[in-house]
Amino acid sequence: MSLGNIFDIAGSGMTAQSLRLNTTASNIANAETASSSTDTTYRARKPVFSAIQQSMMNPGQQGFGVQAGEDAGAGVRVEGIVESDAELQMRYEPHHPAANEDGYVFYPNVNVVEEMADMMSSSRSFQMNVDIMNTAKSMMQRILTLGQQ
Amino acid sequence: MAITFDRALGIHQHALQARVQRAEILANNLANADTPGFKARDVDFQAMMQKAQDSLSGISMEKTHAGHMDTAAGGGDSDLLYRVPDQPSVDGNTVDAQAEQTRFMRNAMDYQASFQFLNSKFTGLTKALKGE
Repeated sequence: MSLGNIFDIAGSGMTAQSLRLNTTASNIANAETASSSTDTTYRARKPVFSAIQQSMMNPGQQGFGVQAGEDAGAGVRVEGIVESDAELQMRYEPHHPAANEDGYVFYPNVNVVEEMADMMSSSRSFQMNVDIMNTAKSMMQRILTLGQQ
Repeated sequence: MAITFDRALGIHQHALQARVQRAEILANNLANADTPGFKARDVDFQAMMQKAQDSLSGISMEKTHAGHMDTAAGGGDSDLLYRVPDQPSVDGNTVDAQAEQTRFMRNAMDYQASFQFLNSKFTGLTKALKGE
């Protein structure tokens, strides 16, 4: 339990949110990537977040205030990235170079509107974590001046 | 009468420590604002201060048996509680980012107040030592 932990927590939040922003960028960039088969088509990617429990980070270390067995938590972690299994868009474009023998091409299942909303959400969350880190920094700087005239 | 830091600083050192702990818990809530199924947590600050106050004033339970639990360990133990959400969310997350951020800012301000109190205690001690 110390101010230093807040840096770790806010840092983990920033890492997670920037990874989320990364997947959004990748999804939007590939929104119109056509392909001739369902297997090779790009699918929307989404990160899966989960909370880190303190006991995993430093087992047995319990500080002031929190009783043994209780967990204050220690930030957020990206468990992995999953590909959306929503239906791909099949369009009839016989003159497309990637068209299959029936004249169809497959477009990714990326919902651009959803991705934009995700982008706003993750950039706001990122900002929030930066704010937290700044506040923790000024709290720490204050404690260093304790006892000074 | 001996001057001890514990006696001279009073409740403020415990208050500052409790503020730091609460800041950490609130920061964790905010970091997990987008984690599905995460439940926002907080501490009962009043209960923590009450326990610290009790341990300072010496009013605490006496242990007469080895199996008795320590009621005043560390000056202010308190359980981590779960916040009651204002509105349900589809993914089971109970963090209200705006409310948590407000609490975090307020906690930071209260931290500064506690810091000022503690700092002026030290200033007073220094003055007494110098005798100016």
